[in-house]
Amino acid sequence: MHEWALAEAIISSVSEIAGKEGLVEVREVKIKVGELQQVELDVLEFALSELKTGIIKNAEFVIETVEAKLKCRVCGQKWSFSKNKLNAESIEAIHFVPEVIYAYIKCPACGSPDFEILEGRGIWLESIKGVK
Amino acid sequence: MADPRIGIINKRLEKVKRVIAVSSGKGGVGKSLVASTLALILSKENYDVGLFDADFTSPSTHLILGIKEIKTEEERGIVPAKVHGLKYMSIVAFSREKVLPLRGADFSNALIELFSTILWGDLDFLIIDMPPGISDATLDIIRLVRKIEFLVVSTPSPLAFETVEKLLSLLKELKVPVNGVVENMKVKEGLFVKRKVEEAGVKFLGEIPFDPEIENALGNVNALFKTDFARKLGEIASKIISPSV
Repeated sequence: MHEWALAEAIISSVSEIAGKEGLVEVREVKIKVGELQQVELDVLEFALSELKTGIIKNAEFVIETVEAKLKCRVCGQKWSFSKNKLNAESIEAIHFVPEVIYAYIKCPACGSPDFEILEGRGIWLESIKGVK
Repeated sequence: MADPRIGIINKRLEKVKRVIAVSSGKGGVGKSLVASTLALILSKENYDVGLFDADFTSPSTHLILGIKEIKTEEERGIVPAKVHGLKYMSIVAFSREKVLPLRGADFSNALIELFSTILWGDLDFLIIDMPPGISDATLDIIRLVRKIEFLVVSTPSPLAFETVEKLLSLLKELKVPVNGVVENMKVKEGLFVKRKVEEAGVKFLGEIPFDPEIENALGNVNALFKTDFARKLGEIASKIISPSV
């Protein structure tokens, strides 16, 4: 249900940008969602379809999930996020606030919690196409 | 192109009348205790109050308020827990008892995620317990929350006040409203902080004597209310409720 909050944010942001760009109708919105957000895409898509009104009403939302890549700041090890190694409680916590990953994951090579999220977090409006 | 979460933050706070960041230049001045007790005092005065612990790496308001479990709900966003009459949120709800080391960018992202998804609803006051200093947290709160006001806590120590002065200068430069400065843990008479605050053109809200009993009251809200600390902060709270007092 947290997806609804994100959907609301997307709709609000698209309306604002479309208004600034002078669009009379939005046709396509490309969104990138970081894997760490642990967003349920079907819920997000449903929420977007329910919330879109006005000039966004007929827009198609194209959502791409960006794989999470992590890099240790201490030893340089790079690895991918795998939720299979976490219990349900930790996955849910990361779903709400991806940055709590630092409480649950450590570098697989040296054990440091000081790593960088190279990509795969947050939510990003990639492009908005429409008619002026 | 844009992070859509940022745009929704001020809409999430639309029905919150006042957002007060309890801040300081240094740690250990009693900021979290002031924030938590102030929230309780305002709630007791029948205001609708929220308390948000923004000190993600060293959260302590849950300990001050004796909260064992933070029960949030999910309903088109995160509904804050209800504790002691307050709407309450801390990252401890998600990091639990674990250590959560965060660098600046991670702090910013966590703050954006929480502010864009927490549904505070109608509130008279949202009190934010800030991490100390003038780095990411302070800059982000100022950047993200349009209606932010600051309540600054100092101790009588010139060392603590030196950092408070820098915080006050920054807030002045950024044109952020400051309710005033509270001088906490006062052990002997002296006008150093009061004079310096007034010289800086900021309101001196009052002093709170060092209360040796306060440690025994941590985790027990009823005991906390009976301390001299809470009584004195109650007097200061009235100046925050009505800034003209």
